[in-house]
Amino acid sequence: MPLHQPGGSGRTKAGRSLPKSVVSLTLFLLSFISFTNQPGYAIPAFARKYGLPCSACHIGWPILNNFGLAFKDNGYQLGNDKDSPIYQNPAYFPITFRVTPQWHLENQTKVLIDQTGAEQSVTTHGFDLSGLDIWTAGTLYKNISFQVLPSMGEGDTFHFESAWVRFDNLLNSPWLNVKVGKFELDNLLSEKRFLTLSNVGGAWFNYHFLPQGDSNGFGGIGDNQLGVELAGHNQNSYSRYSIALLSSVDGNPGLTTTNAGAAAGSTARTYDVFANVNQGFAVKGLGVQRIGAYGYFGQSPTFYLTSNGAPVEAKGNRSFSRVGAYGWWFIKDLDVETFYMHGQDNVYLGNNIPANNPGGLPPGAVGPTWNGGFVEAHYTVNPQFIFTGRYELVHMSRQANPTLAQTPNLGNVDSWTIGYRWYPIMLSRAGLAVHNEYSQAKMGNTSSLTGTDQINRSVMIGFDFDY
Amino acid sequence: MVLTSITRKIGRREWRPWLQILTSNGELLMNTGSKRLGLTLVLALVVAFPSWAQEAHVGDLTGHAANGKKLYRRYCVGCHGSLGDGNGDNAQWVDPRPRDFVAATFKCRSTPTGTLPTDQDLFNSVSRGFTNSNMPHWDSLPAQNRMDLVAYIKTFSPRWQSEKPGDPIKIPPEPAVTAQSITHGGELFQKMECWKCHGQQGRGDGPSAATLTDSKDQPIRPYNFADGKDDSRFKCGGTNDDLYRIFMTGLDGTPMPSFADVIQPNDAWDLVHFLRTLQVHRHSKENDVAKGAGIKAPAPPSDKEKPSGSGN
Repeated sequence: MPLHQPGGSGRTKAGRSLPKSVVSLTLFLLSFISFTNQPGYAIPAFARKYGLPCSACHIGWPILNNFGLAFKDNGYQLGNDKDSPIYQNPAYFPITFRVTPQWHLENQTKVLIDQTGAEQSVTTHGFDLSGLDIWTAGTLYKNISFQVLPSMGEGDTFHFESAWVRFDNLLNSPWLNVKVGKFELDNLLSEKRFLTLSNVGGAWFNYHFLPQGDSNGFGGIGDNQLGVELAGHNQNSYSRYSIALLSSVDGNPGLTTTNAGAAAGSTARTYDVFANVNQGFAVKGLGVQRIGAYGYFGQSPTFYLTSNGAPVEAKGNRSFSRVGAYGWWFIKDLDVETFYMHGQDNVYLGNNIPANNPGGLPPGAVGPTWNGGFVEAHYTVNPQFIFTGRYELVHMSRQANPTLAQTPNLGNVDSWTIGYRWYPIMLSRAGLAVHNEYSQAKMGNTSSLTGTDQINRSVMIGFDFDY
Repeated sequence: MVLTSITRKIGRREWRPWLQILTSNGELLMNTGSKRLGLTLVLALVVAFPSWAQEAHVGDLTGHAANGKKLYRRYCVGCHGSLGDGNGDNAQWVDPRPRDFVAATFKCRSTPTGTLPTDQDLFNSVSRGFTNSNMPHWDSLPAQNRMDLVAYIKTFSPRWQSEKPGDPIKIPPEPAVTAQSITHGGELFQKMECWKCHGQQGRGDGPSAATLTDSKDQPIRPYNFADGKDDSRFKCGGTNDDLYRIFMTGLDGTPMPSFADVIQPNDAWDLVHFLRTLQVHRHSKENDVAKGAGIKAPAPPSDKEKPSGSGN
């Protein structure tokens, strides 16, 4: 039926149907939320093992709440007889699959088009798939935990997103836990367990930022890294610390480095350090508030010894750091994450110049520095329905050389994201989230022809499920 | 003199005093609407009593059932069920079965057998969890959250509206651990036939052990004192005071009775001292005294002899 039809009252149908549609939409949303207000309990892997609802550990899957964080800190153990696999039904296998069929739209402005030699907005959209995570984790024995996460994108080969073993509660102390392998850095605000999935909003820019022209091979504190971690916490995980010694390979196995200036296979011989400490405190009637600070101090090679033209050893290591603080604030069902980072790269990294060629540095070259942060909020209507919104920025405070400094905003990022997740299925063996998200990011002066700002946009409607 | 006047619209136009309470001389005066007042008072009591029952108090914390309901749904419903009857979605895979809050029968109490536990008892259970069950310790939740959960748990059974919790039993000071108290405790262990369930060496393998069921007709194993090197496996706390309390209150809903009427406090303490010697893998004052006095301790169980379950 067409919306605009002559009506006997002299008003158009549209004039009457619009309020109706609004009312209908409101009623639909209310019933939608009401419907979601059902008891929910989901179990992939851990929940299946312990019989707990998934909402016991997650504010909204996959964000951990304090109980989930304590469970993770304790080596995927609740501290009861179910911890050790010897007590498990032999048929139990701690494995979870996760994939996200979706429709999404991607738009980028001011893209230089070869055929026209001009910039224009480019839009693509369609049905798509995310990568597949095959995630297995649990305990090998009481106080020995593990995680293996092979992951692949569409058409890709598998890679190990993480693979580690952890020796928990050494000397019967929760303050001593040692993890070895490839693992997520102990970021309390975890990019691996947040609510946004789109191309633009699916990562925190702060966790991966590099200045324009920088050759640092470090992919950011959001990348899983290879190394050993010493971590600890008190009984309820309100007080936590971790310190990790990491190979400077950005998590790539085979002692390779992803340094943009070198071919894969070059051997990295340096180590990075990541430290994190945070403290929670319960505020009556509001929840557990947390504050913390972190620092990543690393080195990255600037050139390589070669043999027959192939890089064989990384040289000219130069330093970089990412330091900052964060808070996680709860006002009952509303929680707000606040994050700040200051980053700096050595002058050779920032200018992509080998350290054995100091003359190659542009006059006035300096190490680039920047500041960034985000505010992200989640409102939990109920354990099966959660809204999220985020504003994030990264702004250069010092460009690497006078030429770049002529465009001080070059590489700046200003981004925001909104979305919601509805979990209609949180049953004892699987979880399904209806995921809807819009995200956009303005990239400062990055268009290649005019040097003006570019805007990237993502719209995503998908089904995020695991089982 | 305090005069309180409440007016209410009667019909469409008329406003008149509905209730006046004059309290200057201690008398309650009702000049109008007295029938309605009576009804109102009854209604107020009906409304107020459940609201009292839907609170929980420990120290300066007050738990509210309305807040606890949301928390219960988030954390507890999978096992205990939306009706609180222990029939949650995952209950079929949980052993021992989740607690049935509708029955309002609780093992861990400071109150006499057959009575309701105190809010503190429930708060302790939620916070401590039960090592030998699926129930985790929830002390990572803020204390206020745990209090709210306790308040909500109390809404599942009408018992909380018709009964008050029992008075906590009094625990006298613990006497010194001596060889005599341990020996006497061992004699009581025989005399009171504790061994029938717990076994002569406290391994939970007494002749009656295999036949025991709880109040839900679920098989239940007696506690195995010989298992473990610490006290974390005791459901209701691992201190000597906690063990004393269990004798006196019993574990309602299980075959473990209350001995409050058949045992004197000093005897109960002696029994506590003896039971500690059954914890052969645990270093304790009682084991040191027994060893020093040459009291023959039960032989440590070999792996072959070790029972498969750890008991409840």
